[in-house]
Amino acid sequence: MNLDRREFLKGAGALIVSFSLPEIGFAQAQDARLQQLDAWLAVAADGQVTVYCGKVELGTGVQTALAQIVAEELDVAFGRVFMLMGDTALCPNQGPTVGSQSIYRAGPQLRQAAAEARRTLLELAAAGFGVDAAQLKVAEGVISAPDGKNVTYAELVGGKKIGKTITGAATPKSPDQHAIVGKAIPRVELPAKVFGAHAYIQNLRMPGMLHGRVVRPPMPEARVERVDEASVKSLPGNVRVVVKGNFVGVVAEREEQAIRAARALKVQWTQGVELPKMADMPAFTRATPSRSRVLVENGGVDSALALASKTHRAQYYVPHQMHGSIGPSCAIASVTSDGATLWSPTQSSFNLRDAVAVVLAVPRERVHLVWVEGSGCYGHNGADDATADAALMSQAVGKPVRVQWMRHDEHGSEPKGAAMVMEVAGGLDPQGNVAAWDYQVWSPGHAGRPAGNGPGNTLAGAQLGLPDLLAPAGADRNARSTYVFPNARVRLHLLQSTVLRVSSLRGLGSPQNTFANESFIDELAHAAGADPIEFRIRHLKDERAIAVLEAVAKLAQWSPRPAPRGGGNAGSVTSVGRGIAFVHYDNYSGYAAVALQLQVDRASGKVSVERVACAHDCGLIVNPDGLKNQIEGNIVQTLSRALLEEVKFDTARVTSLDWQRYPILRFSDVPEEIAITLINRLDKPSVGAGEPAASPVMAAVANGIFDATGVRLRSVPFTAERVKAALA
Amino acid sequence: MTTITVNGKQHEVAAAPDTPLLYVLRNELELNGPKFGCGLAQCGACTVHIDGKPARSCSVPVSAVKGKVTTIEGLGTPEKPHPLQQAFVAEQAAQCGYCINGMIMTASAFLAQNPKPSEAQIRAALDGNLCRCGTHMRILRAVRRVAA
Repeated sequence: MNLDRREFLKGAGALIVSFSLPEIGFAQAQDARLQQLDAWLAVAADGQVTVYCGKVELGTGVQTALAQIVAEELDVAFGRVFMLMGDTALCPNQGPTVGSQSIYRAGPQLRQAAAEARRTLLELAAAGFGVDAAQLKVAEGVISAPDGKNVTYAELVGGKKIGKTITGAATPKSPDQHAIVGKAIPRVELPAKVFGAHAYIQNLRMPGMLHGRVVRPPMPEARVERVDEASVKSLPGNVRVVVKGNFVGVVAEREEQAIRAARALKVQWTQGVELPKMADMPAFTRATPSRSRVLVENGGVDSALALASKTHRAQYYVPHQMHGSIGPSCAIASVTSDGATLWSPTQSSFNLRDAVAVVLAVPRERVHLVWVEGSGCYGHNGADDATADAALMSQAVGKPVRVQWMRHDEHGSEPKGAAMVMEVAGGLDPQGNVAAWDYQVWSPGHAGRPAGNGPGNTLAGAQLGLPDLLAPAGADRNARSTYVFPNARVRLHLLQSTVLRVSSLRGLGSPQNTFANESFIDELAHAAGADPIEFRIRHLKDERAIAVLEAVAKLAQWSPRPAPRGGGNAGSVTSVGRGIAFVHYDNYSGYAAVALQLQVDRASGKVSVERVACAHDCGLIVNPDGLKNQIEGNIVQTLSRALLEEVKFDTARVTSLDWQRYPILRFSDVPEEIAITLINRLDKPSVGAGEPAASPVMAAVANGIFDATGVRLRSVPFTAERVKAALA
Repeated sequence: MTTITVNGKQHEVAAAPDTPLLYVLRNELELNGPKFGCGLAQCGACTVHIDGKPARSCSVPVSAVKGKVTTIEGLGTPEKPHPLQQAFVAEQAAQCGYCINGMIMTASAFLAQNPKPSEAQIRAALDGNLCRCGTHMRILRAVRRVAA
């Protein structure tokens, strides 16, 4: 399908509303369009409401949930709201779609915009009727006066602009007035997905479009020495070779021709930099130059450890893991002398626009990024890279170019989730309570996303020698414990370099830090001879944290006893166990507790997770079914990461280049049941659910394996081979 | 020139004979249902039916296609949905949805052969189809809904 949003929007007359938003930042606050009445939502002549949303749909359902919030506040039928997302020419910059921030941050922005629009419409109607606005009622976009007269939103403003500045006086509804928020409204875009009609980026076709493929260096920092253009000269498709700096690509008329040319092209590269041995990674990580920082220091940890009745120390490791989108990244670019249009599934429309502008050496005002949904990304996958690839090749050949990464491009080149080492030392007092807790984490930053000041965070930009940056975000995520200990210290050792290219993977450092924190609390519970849930609650003060643990205990029918299960497994070929873990995501966001039941086959070492229970509190729930879908996804995906996933590499490059060499969980291995208890907090802000339930899963599995076998695994993944070796 | 029959219609194909069926379906016939996922027959996103049997269109040369090809567009439409398509909507069994073509095409061929499968048979039938969003529980519910 050919899709042009500007065409699509023609004739959409508009009530345009804006208001000042402290969160969207200085640069955007400067944007005159946002200072004026503009660009948040529009009522068309037919009554359709178009919402201009800077956040995008990544398969998580925010398109539907955010539309619910708008429909609720505006008092229109849900079906009348259309979300136009992520277009840099039409949408406000609400920041990248990351970190479970869409409902939490963009939700209140859109809620306020809709409330302001409703208030403006009521004032207009009141003036027309000659009554006080307080006397009017509104339902489904129709405003009624006490005498029975009525007027629709479309009649008031359809096709017109109202140049009003937001007063800030509109008050959003209280949750007890909600009729649309809180409902399990089906996903807007889902039917098109099951009929093969959905407009994924992979399905866009532009007139005159050519197909591009990239040829990446075989080693880090290898440079182009010679490109033998003659090696593809005889191939069909009017193949053109694009070489710029260390960027090498091919463009051809048909997709299969571009694939063939990329395979055939002979490129001589210089020797690059060797990677360390995979087996050395934990030690290599700890020895990597780092900047250290104390995040928490209370009491006297060293003396408390020295005086403790029992002490324990353990090191944990989580390797590089990948996003592994099922659809390899894809983008289309059309670069002409006038500027550039990019069609991209990016999470960061505005920042990527700025980065690509630098890559192309075109002013950013001349770059228009049109966001189009792609395959699920779970963080920073290859989408931004493919966009820059397409832009660079389109600029070189002067035609629209579609770049579809191959499977080996995505597996090999997507930025990976960071490898991290965590070490914890703890001490118990004579009563079996935690007297001291000393936590350290070695991690790089997890935020390597492209931006105007980091164009080298795209592969194409890096191959042109443009500057990159790895922001520290995420390394300390959930390093700080939610438990309250009399003496505690948390230290971050922020690594100054990484082995593989690293950026944000679902949860950033939270799953890794939570793996260590929640494994170690289990280890201390064992040392204290306590039930793991009772031991956790004993050290918590946060009522919402306690509530999810109590709820999951009830859901999982947890009967208190210390781990391991012991005698119950005697003489059996398979050992049954149960594991618990909990997170207060990012120490401010959602709460999730996961309890699971698993079996360990002692002969093969295979771990099968049979049942999972999750209690979840993310404040006020917008869409309970969408929320459950996210929780299930978090759990299944992180079970896969826990049991199977490790990015492998040799001295030159990633060798996990397809699904055989990077296996993920399959249907025969997913649990029989995932039971979920949602705790709806009407009085608490809605926070995101795209990540919290992922974080406790690795620890819950490790704790379950310990309960089943008495053996503690401290390195992810818990493959059959590793479990078997540990049991031997 | 190669001729193929897709969703009941004959098409003459301009692509070279060794071109994978998937590229012909997507780029020449402009069908969007079958997806490029791996090009290696490992993930199932490109699944179509050839004479009712599931096939990985990324790994079948177009010249080798002798039977009738059905894509998800030919399986059902919003007006006349296949029961599985209805079930996937009812169970809200998608997140990003990129794998869903393969799930529905694999499951529909399987259920046509085995309308009353056991849970283990359903899981075995779908085992070659990868989902990264972790929508498995819902996909299983959707298939069970039709199998029941």
